[in-house]
Amino acid sequence: MRLLKALIVAMLSLGFCTASFAAKEMKVGFVYVSPIGDAGYSYAHDVGRQAVEAMDGVTTSYVESVPEGPDSERVILNMARKGYDVIFATSFGYMDPMLKVAKQFPKVAFLHCSGFKMADNMSNYFGRIYQARYLSGIVAGSMTKSNVIGYAAAFPIPEVIRGINAFTLGAQSVNPDVTVRVVWTKTWYDPATEKEAAKSLLDVGADVIAQHQDSPGPQEAAQEKGVYSIGYNSDMSAFAPKSHMTAPVWNWGPYYTKVVEQVRKGTWKAESAWPGLKEGIVDLAPFGAMVPQNVQDKVNKEKADIIGGKKIFTGPIKGQKGAVKIAGGVAATDIELLGMTWFVKGVVGTTE
Amino acid sequence: MEIITIIIPLLAAAVQSGTPILYATLGEIITEKSGVLNLGVEGAMIIGALAGFIVSRYTGSPVLGFFAAGIAGSFATSIHGVVCLWFQGNQVVSGLALTILGAGLANYLGTSYVGLSAPGFSPVAVPLLSSIPVLGPIFFKHDILVYISYCIPPVMCLFFTSTRFGLGLRAAGEYPAAATAAGLNVLAYRWFGILAGGFLMGLGGAYLSLAYTHLWTTNLTGGRGWIAVALVIFAFWRPGRAVLGAYLFGSVMALQLRLQALGTQLPSSILLMLPYVLTVFVLVMSSWRKKTNEEPAALGVNVEPAD
Repeated sequence: MRLLKALIVAMLSLGFCTASFAAKEMKVGFVYVSPIGDAGYSYAHDVGRQAVEAMDGVTTSYVESVPEGPDSERVILNMARKGYDVIFATSFGYMDPMLKVAKQFPKVAFLHCSGFKMADNMSNYFGRIYQARYLSGIVAGSMTKSNVIGYAAAFPIPEVIRGINAFTLGAQSVNPDVTVRVVWTKTWYDPATEKEAAKSLLDVGADVIAQHQDSPGPQEAAQEKGVYSIGYNSDMSAFAPKSHMTAPVWNWGPYYTKVVEQVRKGTWKAESAWPGLKEGIVDLAPFGAMVPQNVQDKVNKEKADIIGGKKIFTGPIKGQKGAVKIAGGVAATDIELLGMTWFVKGVVGTTE
Repeated sequence: MEIITIIIPLLAAAVQSGTPILYATLGEIITEKSGVLNLGVEGAMIIGALAGFIVSRYTGSPVLGFFAAGIAGSFATSIHGVVCLWFQGNQVVSGLALTILGAGLANYLGTSYVGLSAPGFSPVAVPLLSSIPVLGPIFFKHDILVYISYCIPPVMCLFFTSTRFGLGLRAAGEYPAAATAAGLNVLAYRWFGILAGGFLMGLGGAYLSLAYTHLWTTNLTGGRGWIAVALVIFAFWRPGRAVLGAYLFGSVMALQLRLQALGTQLPSSILLMLPYVLTVFVLVMSSWRKKTNEEPAALGVNVEPAD
């Protein structure tokens, strides 16, 4: 009898729990590698977080400046223990720590940005920012007069190299004589070095500056010299209004809200997602007033083509030394794109 | 492309990259001349850089920010003064602690400012002087902070050789016992050396956050304070040679990026190593020459309070 009573109490309380579970707010956590600030990579993710926050019945929170490695494992573990339903970790180095935590908390949905590992409850995702870089290359190639474009870049990893190649192909599509000069800073966020890198490119004759860094340092250099520039990550026009033509930008909101909605409905499944212009995850920042209408039209047409299925890395594409890297009529596969370590013809610089 | 069109911007960039190091090196020279070794240059610089940035952002006045940076630098090195002058602590350990404290404090207090920008100094060409061929574009097309830095070394030379106070400061660093016997307050001179040095280190930091860029980030100084410590030895404690050393480093920093921009096939990792290879090289070269009569004799030696 006593046992029966206990069972009833247990069942009732269980029922009560699940009932309150259904009504309770969903908790979504974000882990950022750098401070949010006014522009840049983590800022772009945080704009996505705000879109999630605006959903009904969802609360979000974030931890910024989390170093990659063991510290991140502690942060992710802490979120999982506190009963978060969905956790987004937005930097490459969080991959293994997140995988470890994901195995301990099978009920929680984990999403890792820019990596390649997966689990039953862990997705990896990134955006095809190279598509937007191709479009920004069209703008740069149309606006350059010296036919030399400078590109201040962070680290020679496939993600960055792919971006430089797409940018160069975009510029060459409107101006076959363009060369793109690359300077590696080996930093993600060091405004002083990144500005100096851009200045060194200006000194060798570049009259448009593009970049793959997290700081607007290169924009400052371009503005001081009175030349145009292409930003990255988020609209950087506030830092260099006279120079900033456009920027490949992230727009995480649609993806983040979609994932959270799927988790709420119970339809979410771990996947390896690489959305692009079509899904609205990457885009171009609004054009500056200096970009002529015919260039804007050309970019918008090209954008429509890419959304319609046009592949940027379709052969014939030659490597730096002139050897054919992608044969005519063949489109590079995603695997090839993800492992890209060579420059296309027209890029001046090394991949080391 | 004509070689001159590459060289002149390179040297102009060398002056600009060398300026923060120059401020810090001059600061460390004053401190060491008074007999105190301060290895916390990096810490004082980064605190100065942050203070300058914050004050400029809130007041809208880069000039106020610049002075605030100096005061913050003095404040940071005053910790070193308390440890070494009041409590006779080990100068090496205290300096290292200041570096770590400065970096930690600036990162902690500055987190919410990363990615923001503040009003700062922009290049202003000096009338007449900037139109001199070659020298004009190299030296006279910078911001006001660079021009201020041109004035400090001559003033310091005069101070060390021709003023009573400057001679007293050197005596405190060379032979404190004799200075005390002559009725000089050695500790007061050393306090001056530490605070004035910290002021200049703070200004060096402010150059990075207010002129070189108008942005703040963690670890903005990026090891420049350590280069300054090495440069003091290279300069044999002479302000004039410090200018040479700072611009030499500036040119190597500017050169490695320009070599890449020119399309050299050398791996970028090797080019990025250059400034640090030069640091080691400079230290080896300077210790070859006998420097016993150059280094302040009582450098790093604590002095008991007079009472």
